[in-house]
Amino acid sequence: MSDLRQIAFYGKGGIGKSTTSQNTLAALAEMGQKILIVGCDPKADSTRLILHSKAQDTILSLAADAGSVEDLELDDVMKVGYRDIRCVESGGPEPGVGCAGRGVITSINFLEEEGAYDGVDYVSYDVLGDVVCGGFAMPIRENKAQEIYIVMSGEMMAMYAANNISKGILKYANSGGVRLGGLVCNERQTDKEYELAESLAKKLGTTLIHFVPRDNIVQHAELRRMTVLEYAPDSKQAGEYRELAQKVHANKGNGTIPTPITMDELEDLLMEHGIMKQVDESQVGKSAAELAA
Amino acid sequence: MSQNAEKVLDHFNLFREPEYTNLFENKRKEFEFMPPDAQVEEVREWAKTAEYQEKNFAREALVVNPAKACQPLGAVFAAVGFEGTIPFVHGSQGCVAYYRSHFSRHFKEPTSCVSSSMTEDAAVFGGLNNMIDGLANTYNMYKPKMIAVSTTCMAEVIGDDLNAFIKTSKEKGSIPEEYDVPFAHTPAFVGSHITGYDNVMKGILQHFWDGKAGTVPALERKPNESINFLGGFDGYTVGNLREIKRIFGLFGIDYTIIGDNSDVWDTPTDGEFRMYDGGTTLEQTANSLNAKATISMQEFCTEKTLPFIAEHGQEVVALNHPIGVKGTDKLLMEISRLTGKAIPAELEKERGRLVDAIADSTAHIHGQKFAIYGDPDLCYGLAEFLLELGAEPTHVLATNGGKAWEKKMQELFDSSPFGKNCKVYPGKDLWHMRSLLFTDPVDFLIGNTYGKYLERDTGTPLIRIGFPIFDRHHKHRYPVWGYQGGLNVLVWILDRMFDAIDANTNIPAKTDYSFDIIR
Repeated sequence: MSDLRQIAFYGKGGIGKSTTSQNTLAALAEMGQKILIVGCDPKADSTRLILHSKAQDTILSLAADAGSVEDLELDDVMKVGYRDIRCVESGGPEPGVGCAGRGVITSINFLEEEGAYDGVDYVSYDVLGDVVCGGFAMPIRENKAQEIYIVMSGEMMAMYAANNISKGILKYANSGGVRLGGLVCNERQTDKEYELAESLAKKLGTTLIHFVPRDNIVQHAELRRMTVLEYAPDSKQAGEYRELAQKVHANKGNGTIPTPITMDELEDLLMEHGIMKQVDESQVGKSAAELAA
Repeated sequence: MSQNAEKVLDHFNLFREPEYTNLFENKRKEFEFMPPDAQVEEVREWAKTAEYQEKNFAREALVVNPAKACQPLGAVFAAVGFEGTIPFVHGSQGCVAYYRSHFSRHFKEPTSCVSSSMTEDAAVFGGLNNMIDGLANTYNMYKPKMIAVSTTCMAEVIGDDLNAFIKTSKEKGSIPEEYDVPFAHTPAFVGSHITGYDNVMKGILQHFWDGKAGTVPALERKPNESINFLGGFDGYTVGNLREIKRIFGLFGIDYTIIGDNSDVWDTPTDGEFRMYDGGTTLEQTANSLNAKATISMQEFCTEKTLPFIAEHGQEVVALNHPIGVKGTDKLLMEISRLTGKAIPAELEKERGRLVDAIADSTAHIHGQKFAIYGDPDLCYGLAEFLLELGAEPTHVLATNGGKAWEKKMQELFDSSPFGKNCKVYPGKDLWHMRSLLFTDPVDFLIGNTYGKYLERDTGTPLIRIGFPIFDRHHKHRYPVWGYQGGLNVLVWILDRMFDAIDANTNIPAKTDYSFDIIR
């Protein structure tokens, strides 16, 4: 048990978390690591590229059919995909109803009790969006993920989310063992993206572990429900993910306790890099027409 | 006015006065608009048919009168069994009021338990501040030796992390760093009270054995000859644990009852209020790691605790709430096997006396049909006893019983010729039982106080054994374990039988040719 590496990928919705995590994990599998992916997103798309299909049999949908999660067996929910990567999706409610956070708690408890973590080298949690409630913090509780990787980009909101997630980690870092493993920047080709990501990482007391350049081949692989590693193993992009995987693998125990910043500091950061102009207080709240007058 | 100060009528008689009967009748006529009596009667009769039963058993989305309670109730039960320990339930106040009143109505004793009093803001922002303040208040006001934390639905849905919260509370100074605060997550919407008992028992042992949530080194097991005993969630805990102590005493062995709540729920009235009384000391709890073996009286109450103990190197023995000769034989033989000590002659004599009592009454019990409901292990123990009496436990139902329990019950039925026509019903409720009592009637029903509605509706005489018993007093003071306990259960069954026979033979010059002095 002590050798088990548990990591988690967090980040703003739509940032490419699932794509980044699956490609990285596929590269880790290539390195001979035995991997279990735990998808903690009601959309249940955290394992799609590994399984070549969206997992229909999520823990929570099966539990709802069976009446209770106690009636489930591990084999009902665990699928095996590319390079024997084991995949589980927690699933969750339709948008607008129920409590997805509780679903994450229920699913992870179920997996631990059923011995899903036996015989694997890596458990990776893929968690949706911000740490919006206690349920989504389940993977960062003590004895769960040791390092959190935040997937972000140079967009303001992605950086805002990364900062928020750091706040979540900080809450648990002092009482437990969870650490921030680093930022992974998924290139959006925004202005000075690399520099911004670097300095945000510095502010948060961590490092930009890898800058994943934008490449359309990811899109091509996605349409075929595959990772780049499988679709085009010799491509340059596959090499990027391999590099990221190496870095994650070598990063064991190097996580830090994050130092989240305030909204003002975040804006200052953008200004430092010239993304935002110094705000003229007299102009705040004025429309373009008013300013022209 | 029917009521006057000179002669105050109680509620039995007051509402039968014309003033009230007229009022009720008018209310029915003018406002309630009930369907015609004939139609009501027709539906009542239909609900007794096999056709209705089929629909009843096809029920999917509705539970009617489940025979189970929620995890935190079991959590509180387990926690008060430790010396000077107050259960701290992280959640809303109303939940805690329920556990306290439920136990007080059964044991007729106060049950001390605190809540973190979560309200709307705690639901939105998380209950960390409630934990910090709550622990500080509890520690300062009630001066417990230990605070055992469990959770309710609300705290579980919002995902409050007890481990992190308790550590943070200690950092903020609400309780001393080295103070014992074991914890267990006990979502009320998962499992039942027996799951809650199991989680808290495991949580407390884990706290003491495995290094107090990482704050001290884990204990190293230094095996000795002593025996641990886990009673499980048990409405007869007061009488049962005292009987078990007597039995262990006769054997003359070292033992630890882990979770001994026999004193706290039976405090004497002598002018001193005891918020805490008796209980397993914290030192004993830590040292119980070293025991040779642990006996659990209720396998389905200790599904997580027993494997946890086994992982630490002890032999574990799981029984199913043994009642009667065979069950007690097994318990005593296991104690004897584990300790190498012979079964005391005094207990052998008690066995003979119980066998003698059974033989004296066998003519009445033999061949009688029973329906039983309750917790899985209790159902098993009662059914095993009935089978050895030559009675038939025709319907055995446990709302919180699962597949493993179903299999075990079936094996028990298959082991006896009297089990041939008996059936087990896991996961069913008391409305299912109601149908069964109409379509396949039995002579007696065994269950808790809620069985009185089934007795009234179906005419099946109820023998009150189980939890809770609210409407009869002091039953919890009598053991049902050991040969003495078997004798108690035998007497309770026989008392109700003879009452039924008397009620059935008391019409003068018609049935009273059998209204006998001697039974």
